[in-house]
Amino acid sequence: MTREVAVLGVGMHPWGKWGRNFVEYGVEAAQAALADAGLEWRDIEFVAGADTIRNGYPGFIAGATFSQALGWKGNRVASCYAACASGAQALNVARAQILAGFCDVALVVGADTTPKGFFAPVGGERHDDPDWLRFRLLGATNPTYFALYARRRMELYGATSEDFAKVKVKNARHGLANPYARYRKEVTIEEVLASPVVADPLRLLDICATSDGAAAVVLTSVEFARRHTTNPVTVAAISTVTPTYPQTIIEMPNFSTDSAAAVAPPERSFRDAIAFAAYEEAGIGPDDLDLAEVYDLSTALELDWYENIGLCKEGEAERLLNDGDTSLGGRVPVNPSGGLACFGEAIPAQALAQVCEITWQLRGQAGDRQVEGARVGLTVNQGLFGHGSSVILKR
Amino acid sequence: MSDKTRVPAVEGWFTTDPDRPALIGTRCTTCGTYSFPRETSICKNPACTGREFDEVELSRRGVIWSYTNACYQPPPPYVPTTDPFEPFAIAAVELAEEKMVVLGQLVPGVDIGDLSVGTEVELVLDTLFEDDEHEYLVWKWRPVSEGAR
Repeated sequence: MTREVAVLGVGMHPWGKWGRNFVEYGVEAAQAALADAGLEWRDIEFVAGADTIRNGYPGFIAGATFSQALGWKGNRVASCYAACASGAQALNVARAQILAGFCDVALVVGADTTPKGFFAPVGGERHDDPDWLRFRLLGATNPTYFALYARRRMELYGATSEDFAKVKVKNARHGLANPYARYRKEVTIEEVLASPVVADPLRLLDICATSDGAAAVVLTSVEFARRHTTNPVTVAAISTVTPTYPQTIIEMPNFSTDSAAAVAPPERSFRDAIAFAAYEEAGIGPDDLDLAEVYDLSTALELDWYENIGLCKEGEAERLLNDGDTSLGGRVPVNPSGGLACFGEAIPAQALAQVCEITWQLRGQAGDRQVEGARVGLTVNQGLFGHGSSVILKR
Repeated sequence: MSDKTRVPAVEGWFTTDPDRPALIGTRCTTCGTYSFPRETSICKNPACTGREFDEVELSRRGVIWSYTNACYQPPPPYVPTTDPFEPFAIAAVELAEEKMVVLGQLVPGVDIGDLSVGTEVELVLDTLFEDDEHEYLVWKWRPVSEGAR
């Protein structure tokens, strides 16, 4: 019995700061994905929605929200929240429904409308919520955590602000021709280094913005897909692992790591374990990848991911970047879409946007940013409160 | 000195001993693992079902694992204390005995250019913010000067 499912259709609403209701974006992305799959809304048996927590009740029940918006027709739904990993979590739920034989065709949708500036915790006085307390007691924003990792890279491996800037320059170039990207403009190293420091050593142009946007995926059984297309993109793995105790790297929104006093740290750090689980499930390794979409919340974090997904050993990411291995035309292009550097983050849509990009790449439909002959691609992402996500697609 | 009542900004996370303040954590009486903030339900070690914990004061000194600063005013519920906003520094500090890393602001006036991974720091109490009657306290890290070692 095959454990694979197929990506029959993908669609997105352009990223930006549109200020409209997130449901509108989600519906547009869903309709684009349906058209791409050659299907109609009435063909969809199951809807998995990736939730948004900053848009009121409709955001908490995204599966129902999008189903109602597209027209109630009795289909079953699920609504998933896993912070930045929500999209992959929703994808995984849809996959399980298909593999269990409960349905053949599912629609997965994530959409967000975001406020300006730093992400803040949801409102109210909540003295037992670490996400609230970290702002109150520490003034620790999301970039605080990104910056702690970045500084650690500098001190341990000799990374420089120029290295970080080069990630932005690369991604800005990759995203130039992406019609769904919010920022489509070349950026120079000098411009990055001249942008104001937000959380030392990270500058404004090192850190991803917050955006509105939506992405949708039509997921089907392989048999169903083969009746509609000759050579479908398939999902070889979806990793949604959580950390293993003791987690010894400080993670958003926590005040401390776990203690390693009584139990030795696990063999792999959490971020290493996310991709490892995906590789294991797909039965492949890092050498098999033609491209990757990694979660560049900051430029420095993209470098961490190179090591976490096994493109190089620890401390070698700067060399990989500087050798051009991760640029379009290089050995294994990373973030050919332009990544978060060009998109900004639309939380519940982002992990699905990564899947959309890899799908277009594997079909040879990525236009000016096409990775030649791409057959296997990996996405990786991490949501706060211990949510990992990694999807491997192949064709 | 203000005559306002000094109260912790969060209940039960640290002692308010003026000379030797300490973070309050717990140690599982079954497996010995530490937690901060304190554990109250079941041990987080998946191999342990302990439900009893000794309250312990965590090490008052540690070394910097990494550090950064906040150049822009964080959004609420952060309470600004100056207008205009003045940047402050934040460190992740490794505690040797507990084998854990704990975040905290650094005391005002620390130049992060003077810090590096491995810099020794100690825990002190400082004002987080004030209202009309109270001065709310929080823990902060202060570099240990050469002479004080």
